[in-house]
Amino acid sequence: MNIVIVGCGRVGAFLAGQLDKAGHHVTIIDLDRASFVHLPQDFNGTTLLGSGTDLDILRQAGIEKADALFTLTQGDNRNLMSAQIAKQIFGVKQVIAKVNDPIRANTYRAHGIGTFSRTSILGTLLEAMLMGDPEVGKVLLEKSKKAEAELAGDLV
Amino acid sequence: MYFVIAGGGEVGFHLAKALLEANHEIMLIESDRRRSQFIQEQLGSVVINAPADEGRFQIEAGCERADAVLAVTGEDPANLIICQLAKWKCRVPRVIARVNDPKNEIVFKALGIDETISSTRVIMSVIEQELPSGGFLPLMPLTGSHLELIEAEIAAGTPSAGKTVGNLGLPTGSVVGGVVRKGGVLHADDDTRLEVGDRVVVLAPTKDENAVRKALTGS
Repeated sequence: MNIVIVGCGRVGAFLAGQLDKAGHHVTIIDLDRASFVHLPQDFNGTTLLGSGTDLDILRQAGIEKADALFTLTQGDNRNLMSAQIAKQIFGVKQVIAKVNDPIRANTYRAHGIGTFSRTSILGTLLEAMLMGDPEVGKVLLEKSKKAEAELAGDLV
Repeated sequence: MYFVIAGGGEVGFHLAKALLEANHEIMLIESDRRRSQFIQEQLGSVVINAPADEGRFQIEAGCERADAVLAVTGEDPANLIICQLAKWKCRVPRVIARVNDPKNEIVFKALGIDETISSTRVIMSVIEQELPSGGFLPLMPLTGSHLELIEAEIAAGTPSAGKTVGNLGLPTGSVVGGVVRKGGVLHADDDTRLEVGDRVVVLAPTKDENAVRKALTGS
């Protein structure tokens, strides 16, 4: 798949690394060149300097042929704007925005933009763990622990 | 009328002041505490110190009974989200967004925000008005339609000079509203012949701006 990721912070770089390793064609955009250091050293995808809300930058990133777009910057509004541009203007099928404010995440999901809020996801998970309900996050935690171990070089 | 202004920078502050002076009721939402305090000292209790891009603060500011929400922060993404939330959550009948990057006018329209104001574009149109030989000047978009008002000066050597209005080749859906000649207004019909120095006022679909430009100025 052709995948565009906006925001090369820890989450964006992690996801870009995972998808690249799985054989997808990944382009990752960030405003700050220094943020690309978060990417794994063997990253084979493309990095692009610019704003993810800029139509020209998105075109350069290959948005017109993208199968999916993730917006993972620190700004909820920027993420929602990029995601809507991708979906409404460029017709990208799968669009997911990171929105830390759970209420805004809910509103935009109702308007057709895939959103997830680390606030509610992490909060729900931690509460479930504390309350002795490990089933809630079992699969997720196993998978993420495996990915962490691979990054740390424990497996391979 | 009741206006909610999101963003208390220079634009928001002076807008609030002007609307108050015109006897409108306003509420301003500003996230910076010190800035809110300053505005409160200047204008009275018309400020909420909160982020305007969260629905609950829009409700607190009375957006549900507002005649319009004006999003004028310095951040285009914030202005977009503020306007969308105001429309969807508070059913505000009219939302107006400031766009800082003129490219975003198209983006905002595509995402459902029809009324935008770009300071860059406003300044450009002022400069264009001052240019010699007038040329071609989109004056303003008409609210609630996809039409705009255009003014053009008929310059010597352009294809429109000497032609009748009916033969200009304007795109369908455009109407010549009038011709300003030697300081007076002429009622224009298809047989009105244009002279060099005439200023023509046209009402045209926004999408046909370039076709109108070509018909009147030849470029």
